[in-house]
Amino acid sequence: MDWQGQKHAEMLMQIFLVASAVAAFAIGYFMRDFRLMMLIYAGGVVLTALVTVPNWPFFNRQPLKWLDPSEVEKHPKPQVSSNTTFSSSKKKSSKNK
Amino acid sequence: MHSAVQRANALVTIAAILLAALCTAASFLDSFNSPSVQAHVEVVKINRFKRQLDGNDEVKMTLNISMNLESIFTWNTKQVFVFLAAEYETEKNSLNQVSLWDHIVQEKERASFRVKVPTKYPLIDQGSNLRGKKIGLVLHWHVMPKSGRMIRDKMPLSYLSLPNSYTTKS
Repeated sequence: MDWQGQKHAEMLMQIFLVASAVAAFAIGYFMRDFRLMMLIYAGGVVLTALVTVPNWPFFNRQPLKWLDPSEVEKHPKPQVSSNTTFSSSKKKSSKNK
Repeated sequence: MHSAVQRANALVTIAAILLAALCTAASFLDSFNSPSVQAHVEVVKINRFKRQLDGNDEVKMTLNISMNLESIFTWNTKQVFVFLAAEYETEKNSLNQVSLWDHIVQEKERASFRVKVPTKYPLIDQGSNLRGKKIGLVLHWHVMPKSGRMIRDKMPLSYLSLPNSYTTKS
């Protein structure tokens, strides 16, 4: 799942759960049936789990674009200086201060 | 949110919080229900009024009970426990409560009824104070909701004056 996919999954999860809770309460209250409310809410939770938990393809539409290996060759990493004696002497001098 | 387990964890957490919110809301709406219970009880006959061997007074009677508890029931009511208590005062105790009859109502459709029953439990005093005593008959009910706290309420119905002498010799 890419970054956008994760954002969408979280948003979908919250919207779906709150919507199913509100719908369940409204229907349960007007039908005067507590069990119906619980069943609708349970159904909403299962549906939300099916939509947001698995790594569906539509969560992977904006994959991260890594740099080409050729680009890396053009800009080589800065190498550690081979002049170790100089750096060590500098460290020592700084310590002695 | 990068793995399925993390998403499942987040889902279960939010779902549980919302479930608690649903139950709280259902329980909260119950407090707007103000039931008007109608009930009536009369003593048909005193079957037995005697002093037990250990010296305590005992009364058994037949009661005519009618009540309408339909207005108690809301969508959040699991059942209603209703009992008829005899309440009276003695020198020792300012309030004696003895349950005479009880019933569990589980459906609104069965919440309105009329019965003629002998007392389920005899009225036994702690001592022998019942001769000539004026006894209050009080209907108590406990409403057990599906979610939320239990609601208790009561309603005094009528008075019963016991005779001045025992009807049965012990």
